[in-house]
Amino acid sequence: MSLQILAVDDSRTIRDMLNLTLNQAGFTTHLADDGVHGIEVLDAMSPEPDAIITDINMPRMDGFGFIEAVRKIEKYRAIPILVLTTESAADLKQRARDAGATGWIVKPFEPKKLIRALQMVTG
Amino acid sequence: MTDIEEKALAAEIELLTFQVGKQEYALDIMSVREIRGWSKATPLPHAPAFVRGVINLRGTVLTIVDLANRLGMGRTETNERNVIIVVHTGKETVGLLVDAVSDILAINKTDLQAPPEMSADNNQTFVSSLIIVEERMIRILALAAALPSESMEAA
Amino acid sequence: MSDEDDPMIEIKASFFVECEELLESLQDGLQIMDDGGADDEIINVVFRAVHSIKGGAGAFGLDQLVRFAHQFESVLDRVRSGAIIADRNAISVFFRSGDILADLVRSARDEAVADEERTQSVLKELETILGHDSNDVVEDEIDDFQPMTLSMDLGLHISNDEVLDTPEQFTTDAPAFEDGYTINFVPDSSLYVSGNEPLHLLRLLREMGQLNVTCDTSEIPSLADIDVEKSYLSWTIQLTTDEDQDAVREVFDFVADLCTLTINGPESSGPMAALPPTLPTLPPLTQQNAPPPGEEPSATATKDLGTLDTLSDSTHLLGSATKPEAISSALPVPAKSGAPEISKSVKPRPTVRVDLERIDRLVNLVGELVINQAMISQSVQEADLSTNSAVSDGLDEFMQLTRDIQDSVMMIRAQPVKSLFQRMSRIIRESSAMIGKSVRLKTEGDATEVDKTVIERLADPLTHMIRNAVDHGVESPSDRLAAGKSEEGIVTLSAGHRSGRVIIEVADDGAGINRPRVLQIAVEKGLVPENVQLSDSEIDNLLFMPGFSTASEVSDLSGRGVGMDVVKSAILALGGRVTIKSNPGNGTTFTISLPLTLAVLDGMVIDVAQQTLVVPLNTITETLTLAEDDIRALGPLTNVIKVRDTFVPLLDLGAELGYRTPLDSYTGAIVLLIAREDGSHAALVVDAIQDQRQVVIKGLQDTFGRVPGVAAATILGDGKIALILDPVDVVANADGRTRSVQPNLQLAG
Repeated sequence: MSLQILAVDDSRTIRDMLNLTLNQAGFTTHLADDGVHGIEVLDAMSPEPDAIITDINMPRMDGFGFIEAVRKIEKYRAIPILVLTTESAADLKQRARDAGATGWIVKPFEPKKLIRALQMVTG
Repeated sequence: MTDIEEKALAAEIELLTFQVGKQEYALDIMSVREIRGWSKATPLPHAPAFVRGVINLRGTVLTIVDLANRLGMGRTETNERNVIIVVHTGKETVGLLVDAVSDILAINKTDLQAPPEMSADNNQTFVSSLIIVEERMIRILALAAALPSESMEAA
Repeated sequence: MSDEDDPMIEIKASFFVECEELLESLQDGLQIMDDGGADDEIINVVFRAVHSIKGGAGAFGLDQLVRFAHQFESVLDRVRSGAIIADRNAISVFFRSGDILADLVRSARDEAVADEERTQSVLKELETILGHDSNDVVEDEIDDFQPMTLSMDLGLHISNDEVLDTPEQFTTDAPAFEDGYTINFVPDSSLYVSGNEPLHLLRLLREMGQLNVTCDTSEIPSLADIDVEKSYLSWTIQLTTDEDQDAVREVFDFVADLCTLTINGPESSGPMAALPPTLPTLPPLTQQNAPPPGEEPSATATKDLGTLDTLSDSTHLLGSATKPEAISSALPVPAKSGAPEISKSVKPRPTVRVDLERIDRLVNLVGELVINQAMISQSVQEADLSTNSAVSDGLDEFMQLTRDIQDSVMMIRAQPVKSLFQRMSRIIRESSAMIGKSVRLKTEGDATEVDKTVIERLADPLTHMIRNAVDHGVESPSDRLAAGKSEEGIVTLSAGHRSGRVIIEVADDGAGINRPRVLQIAVEKGLVPENVQLSDSEIDNLLFMPGFSTASEVSDLSGRGVGMDVVKSAILALGGRVTIKSNPGNGTTFTISLPLTLAVLDGMVIDVAQQTLVVPLNTITETLTLAEDDIRALGPLTNVIKVRDTFVPLLDLGAELGYRTPLDSYTGAIVLLIAREDGSHAALVVDAIQDQRQVVIKGLQDTFGRVPGVAAATILGDGKIALILDPVDVVANADGRTRSVQPNLQLAG
């Protein structure tokens, strides 16, 4: 029914806020708190999420590592992945892009922009 | 139900009547939590004379007030027939030691009379109102007066 | 938006809790860096802590906090990239920054304003480390979009309604569009790899107004030559909308660098030649139109146009937007079982947050369970059931289970002392800086767990002891050097469990207690008589006497009137004890011994005048049985007893509590030696000692005033209430009568 979003961020506060915003907009959320955990949750999702949102700075496996790992897997190649970034530094965006990210959301995120970004990638 | 009947119901209260010394007293049933038989209280050292001690009420430590003593009638000689009325005043829960419990009466508030002013009698301060039931005079206990909640000096 | 406010308030509260955890791991990381043990991961931990705090703070608009955190984070970012080396000086700036960050977090939480001056001064220090004036990284989005010249592509023309519905025949000519935007969109191959999807973008555009889309498929080679990874399609989009150009551009935000994009607003006139020239007209392509309709994946399109694979894949994704099952949202984060070990980094344990009220209620219920179980045991005993009966067995098991539950529940409220010790770390930094001494804090056993309330109530006494250690314990750097010690003094704070209690020690490596001086001051203040003979430890204990202070001028730190006596009372109030040990030239150690929990007490159950009472074990130094010549008269009504080399006042507990008059003779009486506040003792006569046991503390209502000498009550196995004595209070207020002149007027109830 509703679109399934996987959100990966090591900050509980950010996870709570993403959860709240996405649920209110009608999305169903799955949460993970770092890259390694993100892969575990992704694996368990069937079918795959409609989009993934991930933070960059996380313990164990950061956002770039996570995206690269995800993109290596065939069935996840086309899933839109948005990175959460606190700066709009061009090099950060490029690194994310190189890793395979689809787009970005700037933290602190405005709920409207978050939803908009998701619409841009999931229609 | 007619308006008048409704009003009448609202003006009714239920009283628990009991004996203290040779006198009959009563309490609004709404402040009564339960009624227990007497069990020996553990005395509190240096407590006021009317504080009998504490008992174990299902795991809570309950203070027992000797009501006769409080009302100036001297210390109660206890036996198995004594009763403890557990009352709740909104701030605290206390057990009142009385001689016996008599009855539960439904009375009309309008029948309550103010006690006459008699300065000589200490008991005045503990009686909030009077009511005559079947020729008996029943004193409604002023609970707050009987259980002062300010700290008291140890006797 | 009141509905939204509620969950946000909760999230905000939870954010501040998260901040405390982050601040803790920040401290840990900095400490490791300071100790020289830092690796990349530790630096990352430190960075992430500040980064996360900034992130959350930004979400709640806590500007003061964000600004500082941003600066701190920038510096840390340089450290982790290797651009800045974190030397001793830098690390001490980081410590100070951590302190400021903590202050800002708490100010934000309490909706107060933090000290701007201090914040600014530390900010400057951070700037200095950065090496130049910090150019604030502006949080605005950098516009990636490079507007390019207009181009008018002609190609297949698809009308608005037909874009996503059924494919159709198409005209070949499209007139120049002047009523809205003309967008030329040529994706690079990399666009598709990024997971972006032109169809979605077109949909978004459609939401903005009237859309006319033309897809140019002219670049598509023959099937044999198609490279599946390459992009061959481009679109010309005519959009009539009220939105401004920025809104239109925004749709292409993510793909701006992955395509060639031109947007021309209605004002611009005429085509400008820069990009692909107009294309020759093409034969109508029916099913080969792109974008393929969303509702029906075009199977032929998939076959013919390899590059459409991605599109149809995404269509599939879109089609399955109507997912049959709704997966429950927000999976709880499971405990990380296979977490790889990160060297020395502190990984927060999986936790559950529980309302403290619920825990207290649980603790109470468990307490009553224990009492209840004791009562049942008693009744079973009295009912005289044979000890092998099933009831006895069951009861034994029940008793064991109750004990286990009690232990577990008591420990729920237990927390590691680490956060408390970290606070002390800061106190040391600030106080040593303030008086110009160099002191560092070492901690041991900071994972030791103590009841939450105890931790909170320890903060003040501990702070004072630490300040004292810095102020009086540790010598000035010059004195230390002269004594052959290192310039930097060390204060060691340690915690551990020992025989059912928590032991906390505050030790300094300073000069120790100056005993002659202490004695002199005590005499001057009239606290002890002149010429009195005191042992070393008795002199040390003079520090705990009210009115004692070694500072002839009041130092900034220790302040006036807050002596060690206040510390001692605070610890006694927790049911604990504090002792002092000093080694001249080497230092002083304070040892605090605390009960593990406040709800339960280790007590000695005694009989006095047919009453059963409980005396807290930590107040009893010794028990004795009196021999006749131990007892000596002092005054007409009082006695003392000889205990080894000293004389100790004799007090009759039964008489002091008003249960009875003094006994005729105390020969053979059992006596409890109670330690008084000043270290001296008093002997309390009891009638019998039953046993030692752990009792659950029940409060007494103070309806009729505090009962002197009685701390609380407990319920014994037989259901009877036993008062818990406060022997120090009894002793303090005792009149000391152990010889009767007239009967005591108070009678037992």
